Amino acid sequence: MRPNLAVLDVSLIDRILQEAFSLLMNPGVKVGTIEAAELLSSGGARLENGVAHIPEWVARRALQSVPREFYLYDRGGHAAVHYGGDDVHFDPGSSCLSILDPDTLRPRLAQSRDLVRLIQVAEVLPQYAAQSTAVVCNDVPSEIGDLYRLFLVLWYSHKPVVTGAFSTSTLQAMIDLLVADSGGGEALKWKPRAIFDVCPSPPLNWTDFAAHNLVVLARAGIPAELISMPLAGATGPVTLAGSIVQHAAETISGIAIHQLASPGAPVVWGGAPAIFDMRSGGTPMGAIETVMLDIACAQVGKSLGLPTHTYLVASDSKLADAQAGMESSISAVLGTLAGINMISGAGMLDALACHSIEKLVLDAEVIASAQRMVAGIGTPTETLATSMFAQVGLQGEFLKLKETRQLFRGEQHFPSSVIDRSTRPEGEGEVQGDAFSRARERVQELLASYSELEFPGQTRSRLQESVSRAAERAGLVTLPGIPVNELQRMQGSAAI
Amino acid sequence: MRDEALRAMQASIVNGAPETAAVLAQDALTAGFEPLDAINLGFVPGMHAVGEQFAQHTLFLPDMMASAEAMRAAMQVLEPELRKRGGERPNAGTVVLGTTKGDIHEIGKTLVGTLLTAHGFKVHDLGVDVASDVFVANILKTGADVVGISALLTTTMRGQKSVIEAIERAGLRARVKVIVGGAPVSRRWAEEIGADGYGQDAASAVELVKGLMHQGVHAG
Repeated sequence: MRPNLAVLDVSLIDRILQEAFSLLMNPGVKVGTIEAAELLSSGGARLENGVAHIPEWVARRALQSVPREFYLYDRGGHAAVHYGGDDVHFDPGSSCLSILDPDTLRPRLAQSRDLVRLIQVAEVLPQYAAQSTAVVCNDVPSEIGDLYRLFLVLWYSHKPVVTGAFSTSTLQAMIDLLVADSGGGEALKWKPRAIFDVCPSPPLNWTDFAAHNLVVLARAGIPAELISMPLAGATGPVTLAGSIVQHAAETISGIAIHQLASPGAPVVWGGAPAIFDMRSGGTPMGAIETVMLDIACAQVGKSLGLPTHTYLVASDSKLADAQAGMESSISAVLGTLAGINMISGAGMLDALACHSIEKLVLDAEVIASAQRMVAGIGTPTETLATSMFAQVGLQGEFLKLKETRQLFRGEQHFPSSVIDRSTRPEGEGEVQGDAFSRARERVQELLASYSELEFPGQTRSRLQESVSRAAERAGLVTLPGIPVNELQRMQGSAAI
Repeated sequence: MRDEALRAMQASIVNGAPETAAVLAQDALTAGFEPLDAINLGFVPGMHAVGEQFAQHTLFLPDMMASAEAMRAAMQVLEPELRKRGGERPNAGTVVLGTTKGDIHEIGKTLVGTLLTAHGFKVHDLGVDVASDVFVANILKTGADVVGISALLTTTMRGQKSVIEAIERAGLRARVKVIVGGAPVSRRWAEEIGADGYGQDAASAVELVKGLMHQGVHAG
């Protein structure tokens, strides 16, 4: 059996949904664009002063047309991420402004080269089924920041991407980049390579930017992930149950806009709800109540049969230390048990403000453990133990059994060198290095094992062409994060 | 009797009880208190006590909000009477607040504004999604001593730097102190973008602004 975790019972989920439907009528939902408002109106909602009052039947009809499952594809066209059922995948957290310098242990503003290293490490770690546009590159003009980091991910990775746009104007450029990557709009729609996070603003507000992006993504057939994030006690009710209701209302209203724009377009019941820290005013992502909120919100989505996402595996600690390990491990295991399709947040510190490649490597270990956990306790032998005892008797030499050799790789997960399971030699006092220092070494090993990717046909030229115009307009004379000789080599081979 | 009344005023602030604070303010006027005495000897010590208890982790942000509401309720009774008598509560300083362009989050900023007002500052809250030139125009219009720039998102945080650059271009940087805040903001970020200060939370933002006023904001 697959071990499962639920934090809400059926009757409470019913109450949550009933109150969410009630909120959609009163007070209703603010909608920032005329287009989205008109879509809701044409679907049966009542509009009043920029607020849509959405009847339950309108919302339920939209929920009905959402695909129950879909896939994201790698560049080779293989289904790499399954949104649906209890499948669980992880991707690094996204949009950090800073990165932890492993030498000084201080955060510094992230640059393109940091994103490249992060992508390369995530590319070779099998625990990450998808990449994310993990940091904001501070050496790139902000007006193309979202476009450029997607470009870097596509340049250095074959994996699918969890991304998001910072403005309405760059969304289309990002779609164009993905079209260039896939070799055409239909190819991209048929085998989507990326999913876009779109965030309502709590409480109950789809701003012009978010509403516009929802409609554009729906019509382009590119998957959207709705990231509602009430802060319990600040931008949402203080009770966890109350904020779960708000999350449901915000998400259902987004689904209504999205499905009215294009019924059947892929969309995910996502989220990043958190409690509001009543001392600092911050958003503690490592708090157990935040984890409870995230799991509960996903459980509501699963009760409707929808694909799910949430934000876990992040820590509030400023270092990849014991606190980070504790917070990230708890949420990774619980989120996996809850069967949430995509869990974003690995590698993140300081309440989502700072990324750490070393933490990404450490988190990969707990993710592997969590995945082993949900693989469950299997029964690969006809008898559970008696036939093996029949062979070894009371001698107990199980190590020699053929079953041992055949099955141990499936029974046990083997961690990387980051996890120290060595036996301490007798008489040796001091332990050499902690998990963080081992993670630093592992990062170097992983970077060394990253090899240049093979690209089909003219994909790289198309990507470069697609981003170069925008980069030039933004005043960039080179492409940060891409070695000049690589571009020259590529141009040379294209000329041939 | 007088001390007892002042203690009750202080307690109404610490307890976050706006109705009680308003009644006590009215009672104080009826009993012959000077409005400024009721403010400075009764209600303001309440806000100081709240700040201390917040620092000691016995009070939290919702408690502070309630205390600021109680202070506002008392001031609504006392300020008209003060003006009638030709007086005015001394202005602790003028502060312009706003959230950066592209960011519509305001809870932290509003909290800072509420607490600053409770501590006697004149606060001009520009709201959310505020363009750099609007910050500049309002610094000029109000003669602000301090400008506070808030951002909740890592993506809009860089807007804080843009506002500082706009203030510099307008030639106002020497006459106004800049503070920054918001969930993703750190002291290091504040230093990098050339801000004068960073408040980790609303309570420390108040202490920060008081400290900047004490330094003499026009010294530059």
